[in-house]
Amino acid sequence: MNVLEINHMRKSFDSLEVIKDISLSVKEGEVVSIIGPSGSGKSTLLRCATMLEKMNGGELLYMDEPAAWEDEHGNCLYAPKARLKCIQKYFGLVFQNFNLFPHYTVMKNIIDAPVRVDKVPKSVAIERAEKLLAQLGLEDKRDAYPYQLSGGQQQRVSIARALALQPKMLFFDEPTSALDPELTGEVLKVIKQLAKEKMTMIIVTHEMQFAREVSDRIIFMEQGKIQEQGTPEELFASTNERVQEFIGKLK
Amino acid sequence: MDILTMFGQLASGLVCTVEIFVLTLLFSLPLGLILSFGRMSKNVLLRTLTKVYISVMRGTPLMLQLIVVYFAPYYVFGMKISAAYRFTAVILAFSLNYAAYFAEIYRAGIEAMPIGQYEAAKVLGYSKGQTFFRIILPQVIKKILPPITNETITLVKDTSLAFVIAVAEMFTKAKQIAAAETTIMPLMVAGVFYYIFNLVVAVGMEQLEKKMNYYR
Repeated sequence: MNVLEINHMRKSFDSLEVIKDISLSVKEGEVVSIIGPSGSGKSTLLRCATMLEKMNGGELLYMDEPAAWEDEHGNCLYAPKARLKCIQKYFGLVFQNFNLFPHYTVMKNIIDAPVRVDKVPKSVAIERAEKLLAQLGLEDKRDAYPYQLSGGQQQRVSIARALALQPKMLFFDEPTSALDPELTGEVLKVIKQLAKEKMTMIIVTHEMQFAREVSDRIIFMEQGKIQEQGTPEELFASTNERVQEFIGKLK
Repeated sequence: MDILTMFGQLASGLVCTVEIFVLTLLFSLPLGLILSFGRMSKNVLLRTLTKVYISVMRGTPLMLQLIVVYFAPYYVFGMKISAAYRFTAVILAFSLNYAAYFAEIYRAGIEAMPIGQYEAAKVLGYSKGQTFFRIILPQVIKKILPPITNETITLVKDTSLAFVIAVAEMFTKAKQIAAAETTIMPLMVAGVFYYIFNLVVAVGMEQLEKKMNYYR
């Protein structure tokens, strides 16, 4: 079953076309990395998929439920708000700069949404959070505030916060770009662990080696289009000049 | 008049001053928040209206606004103005005026919030109301405490303007005694009272700021 399906997505900012007809689907348990130069539309693709931006055209489905589609005139229509709220529960998003709530402790950051949004009993939410914290090696940080944590710890908390809502899939928007190499390692380790547990994920990243190790499929994007995609082996052996150039530069 | 009687009269005026102060804050702080919503609204008409309102409230003397609010029922509706309306008029004029200043402070605080906080809340499924009251507003309040303290201190001193419509707050009393006894002594004492009042306000706000310092 496809957790996510995108058909012919288009997105422009004013007259600038950022996403040009992208189609992509992700199966349950699949890990997909998106690589490509800055300005290629990777982040916009992610923001449209997570509905932080409205696309101008195309279809967006989660678990075969349509969140957005096109009418006969080519206008992009979104499902009613209540419907979108339900669909939104299928995915979580981890931001480049974490976006933790600074006035909440680590524990409250993790349990607040389940308790307030999903109406999970507080004791259940806490139990869930404790498990996640242990899993991510943050047991001793439950009462800390975000400013007291390193970047790597903050990013792990934000992963726990997303997982606490028990989504079907997770999006990562350059999860390690704000971190130094040492902290990057601890976050990548966590994502690898999730991949082992068959978490469905889309990861926008510049970490080529990591993408190669963790992904079932890598997508190379440029100028708002998918230029090339395939298994890591296929992509790294690609004869496409631009792909070679891009990967070569980063090696 | 002996000094004790003078202190007694000024103290009774001080009670009225504190009442004006407390009631004004009570009404203008929430009203300011509502105004700031209007000021940031996507609706052009609403936005323009609040902008003009704030501009007029900040651009004309508070003393004049007091007079207008006090005489409006008579000139606009032909109603007889009762003595009891005086105090109401003071609270009304002060609240309307201070709300305009607070609205701009709220706006500055709200607009300074990183967009990422809204986006994180949205992806986590918070409603708009939950996002504002649980995530945004608490952080905004921490940020705007210093300018709020400023306005609050100004308000303590501005309460003395109530003398123009003869409300018996401390400054009115001090002026009356000064005129009757031909001495500026009561005005000086009133000044000391205002200073002490503001000292209390400043220390209280400092404590509040410290309390909010549990996060950064």
